[in-house]
Amino acid sequence: MGTHNHHHDYNFSEKFQFAGIAKILSLVGIAVGIIAIVMGLISSDHIMVERTYANLLLMGYYFTCVCAAGAFFVALQMVTQSGWSAGLLRIPQAMAGVLPIASIILLIIVGLGLTSHNLYHHWNADGLTDPNSPAYDKLVAGKSAFLNVPGFLIRQIIFMGSYSIFAFVLTKLSYKEDLEGGLNSYKRSFKLSAIFLVIFGFTTPIWSFDTIMSLEAHWFSTMFGWYNFAAMWVSGIAAIVVIVILVKKAGYLAWVNENHLHDLGKLMFGFSIFWTYVWFAQFMLIWYSNIPEETVYFYKRWEPEYKPWFWLSIIINFVAPLLLLVDRDAKRKNGMMLFVAILLLCGHWLDYYIMIMPGTVESHRGFGFIEIGTAIGFVGLFTFLVMSKLSKHPLAPKNHPFMDESLNHQI
Amino acid sequence: MSNTKYILGSFADPDDMMHGIEKLQANNISIYDCFTPMPIHGIEAKLGVKPSRLPIAAFVFGALGTCLGFSLLYYTMAHDWPMNVGGKPSLPLPNFVPVTFEVTILLCALGMVATFFFRNHLFPGRTPRVMDLRASDDRFIIAVDAHENTDHALVESLLTDAGAVEVKYNERKYVSYE
Repeated sequence: MGTHNHHHDYNFSEKFQFAGIAKILSLVGIAVGIIAIVMGLISSDHIMVERTYANLLLMGYYFTCVCAAGAFFVALQMVTQSGWSAGLLRIPQAMAGVLPIASIILLIIVGLGLTSHNLYHHWNADGLTDPNSPAYDKLVAGKSAFLNVPGFLIRQIIFMGSYSIFAFVLTKLSYKEDLEGGLNSYKRSFKLSAIFLVIFGFTTPIWSFDTIMSLEAHWFSTMFGWYNFAAMWVSGIAAIVVIVILVKKAGYLAWVNENHLHDLGKLMFGFSIFWTYVWFAQFMLIWYSNIPEETVYFYKRWEPEYKPWFWLSIIINFVAPLLLLVDRDAKRKNGMMLFVAILLLCGHWLDYYIMIMPGTVESHRGFGFIEIGTAIGFVGLFTFLVMSKLSKHPLAPKNHPFMDESLNHQI
Repeated sequence: MSNTKYILGSFADPDDMMHGIEKLQANNISIYDCFTPMPIHGIEAKLGVKPSRLPIAAFVFGALGTCLGFSLLYYTMAHDWPMNVGGKPSLPLPNFVPVTFEVTILLCALGMVATFFFRNHLFPGRTPRVMDLRASDDRFIIAVDAHENTDHALVESLLTDAGAVEVKYNERKYVSYE
């Protein structure tokens, strides 16, 4: 542009110092999580063990989704050749950099859940596919060509493995760009991002069918994949907003201002509406057609123990961002954006809770130390890993071809 | 008193024009408006242009659309001839959401376009209001009201100093009516 280039005195080589209270709190969070998970797993009560597994799946999936959304964000900015986001790209890149670890953790959780029959017992139990067994289940047997343990695990490894490789290479290229300059890294990132987006777009629905929808293997919905994608994308953007605001508060990222926050706010607002759109499309079609094999999903969530949470999820994830972020000024205020982003992160925890619990612990639903402790543990782990990653590289991709556009971004 | 209504500084470069705005403002000369062939980031803030009121029009048209869409559905599905579709109640609110939503978006979008056209005199058959014909081609124009700023020599020298390639003294406000 260059129409009104002011002289900038930003130190793009500055690195985030991950130390002090933030580091201590994240380690305390991890400790709380470990205590909650170990207490749940060694419990003599089988329901407690099952509940712990369900919570591990919830947070493991959430953790992986948020990191994958970081990789998706980076790839999307590359493919759309966006300039505004160049200055804050290091934050989604740090999230993407943690994706391989998150994927391994989720893989361990689903693997243990499968072998202990604490997760996926709707389709992974003895005799379900054996016509001579009293437990024979015709519907599950019909799906067993796709929904079987080796196939499930192979798909998990291929999907998360490919996302992790792309996330790793895309971040690597950007770090290389800092040292070498030039357009080589950018051009390679552009091509890789385009390939990644196609793979990601087509496989995330199948990934969520496997990981979450198969918890209630009799039921299926083709909207479920996009519904999960919307939840992943909104929570990923909310995580970026929280990190940007807190890192800025700590005195870094001077080049990121309310204009960049405004754009992130528009994304958060818009995709909350999109989440509602997909959620409602799934709900309304099932409600209207009223076919028993489809309504069973909402029937379970309409039971007294889930119904208040079911409605609360809509209020937090749709009504709250709609009313709080519709105003232009609201999207430009640190306090309001931080509040809504944290609210949405809690809201999508609840969203996943309503997706997972009725298919795993069913009527033994709980909300106590295990739920809160596991969540705190994973938040601590996410903070520790992402912030450690962020502190290893400069906070701005100084040789990004659109860096100047990002600095002059004004809306 | 001359017949000049507006003094126009015509710039070939947007940076020069921004520089010109700064110079005029430093000398307390009020700027009537600027015309550029492309959007210039930051020019609204510099000129002190108030934020657009188009969102208000959007909200009003959207609310109108919500009312109209819902009324249409209510009248046809529940009031005039109550319909039983799939055993659902005759006032099935979830089913009303998509149509109400679509009519809201439709009226909001059309209303915003109509408001924009109305406000900018762009309806078919209306002569567009243009102060300099090259402002939509390759020139960046600063317009100064000649009656409010009487020291025309100062205005011209400031504009020329900033790099204006041409300074015009227009006796009519809009050249497009000629």
